[in-house]
Amino acid sequence: MQSQTMAAEKLSPAAPPADAAIAIDDVTLRFVTPDGHMMTAIRDFTMTVARGEFACVVGPTGCGKSTTLNLVTGLLRPTTGNVRVMGNPVTDISRDIGFVFQADALFPWRSVIDNVAAGPLFRGTPKQEAYDKARDWIGRVGLSRFEKHYPHQLSGGMRKRVALAQTFINQPKILLMDEPFSALDMQTRTAMQDELLGLWSGLKSSVVFVTHDLEEAVALADKVYVLTAGPGTVKSVYRIDLPRPRVMADIRYDPKFIEIAKVIWNDLREEVQLGQSRGLQTGH
Amino acid sequence: MTAISPTEQAASRATSIVAAEAQARARLRKRHALVIALRLAILIAFLSLWELGADYNIIDPFFFSSPSGIWEQIWSWVTEGTSQGPLWQQIYVTLEETFLGFAIGAVGGIVAGIILGRNKLLADVFSIYIKIANSVPRVVLGSVFIIALGLGMASKVALAVVMVFFVVFANAFQGVREADRAMIANAQILGASPMQITTSVIIPSAMSWILASLHVSFGFALVGAVVGEFLGAKQGMGLLISTAQGAFNANGVFAAMIILAVMALVVEFLITRFENYVVKWRPAPFNEQGT
Repeated sequence: MQSQTMAAEKLSPAAPPADAAIAIDDVTLRFVTPDGHMMTAIRDFTMTVARGEFACVVGPTGCGKSTTLNLVTGLLRPTTGNVRVMGNPVTDISRDIGFVFQADALFPWRSVIDNVAAGPLFRGTPKQEAYDKARDWIGRVGLSRFEKHYPHQLSGGMRKRVALAQTFINQPKILLMDEPFSALDMQTRTAMQDELLGLWSGLKSSVVFVTHDLEEAVALADKVYVLTAGPGTVKSVYRIDLPRPRVMADIRYDPKFIEIAKVIWNDLREEVQLGQSRGLQTGH
Repeated sequence: MTAISPTEQAASRATSIVAAEAQARARLRKRHALVIALRLAILIAFLSLWELGADYNIIDPFFFSSPSGIWEQIWSWVTEGTSQGPLWQQIYVTLEETFLGFAIGAVGGIVAGIILGRNKLLADVFSIYIKIANSVPRVVLGSVFIIALGLGMASKVALAVVMVFFVVFANAFQGVREADRAMIANAQILGASPMQITTSVIIPSAMSWILASLHVSFGFALVGAVVGEFLGAKQGMGLLISTAQGAFNANGVFAAMIILAVMALVVEFLITRFENYVVKWRPAPFNEQGT
């Protein structure tokens, strides 16, 4: 191996070890579109996330980034290959999984505390206990004054905090995030990234974080997966050796961060161009 | 860069803000009063033109009645009772038929809408039959119900039910179909069972659609009950109208019409109250104004 002056170490894809939190092994996913054509969403896709590891997935639009998350939840089944979560094949939606959506997925008819308590209540926790827990998590994301508010009365950033509390209250061992902060403005996004790292360091879940924002990926992750333009497959994997805890507002000015981002961007650029030229042809 | 201290003008600004707010509130109150005054003016103008037109025989009161004639008719119904018995009893009978039909039709429509909305196969199979049933002119069924169920309450309730069912069903079905997929996936991953998804995601999100249909369909239930009474009954406001019609009593037809309108308005008000209570989580409409 070359000398380790650079913080972004390119890894060679290998078969996943048995004790990984998430192991996607040589998966291809095809589906039939409503007009009867076969579409390949991802092909020969291999990905491993160790326990407690923070992995980011970046790639051009439409390359199947979100598909990888749905494979882990079990909402999609692979056509070939297999997916294992905590060593077990994925059969149903696992209780170990938490998911933060890109769109607002809060229940607008429930107040903040009812939204956060939803997970434990669905899972049969007694009411009193569920609400005590909810109050605790609302406090952790700094929204104690807004317990009784409805989602429409909150700002976009506050709604994301509620969504984080709603997910973290179930204490997921696996945390899946699908471009969760892409709709937020720059300052709010930075604050939310800090919030996320804070919550994550307390829980030590294994994270798969999908984003189209390379800088966000490098700032957050232990490991960055670069996907090719669709049908998506892993183009390269980088280990990010920036020290933790990281402060989002400062890290983007760190020379080491800039260097890593440049290296990965060189890799990603041609895929993005390819994806865009295809998008122009098909009109997507 | 130099920072500017904002404290100097703050005090005088605060007093001017209070004054501006008071002014804005006074403007709002004035506008509200104006709206109500204009509404009253239009009502009075309409009624007086009608009354004067009838007095000078520009409008023939034999066919088109007059406000004073209608009022006398209502007053005599209230004080002396109608040819079929006391007025309140006619109102009670019609309301009872309407409410029964409304309740049965609405509950049936909601349940059927949710079941078909949640089950793609059932929806695909039954959609054609529902389209066919919906295109049958339902008022005609009134005759069938009178033949089958007799002159009593059952035939009117049945007609009101079919009038209400399809409207509520179509809305409930649409509401279930439009439930946000991210929200459903979120509930699923948070640990909700299919039953919990129905009760805590699907039904609340279809609720706005369902409530909107309840407004319209109460009117339909009333039409169903009254038309049923037209076609054959022993009691009720519809019978009152058809008796007045048979006697060429325009006053009686208009008077019964106004009583029905008042009944509909009162219930409409109650439904709106119920709606505001059920969907209090919804953001207030942007241009909400007192009525």
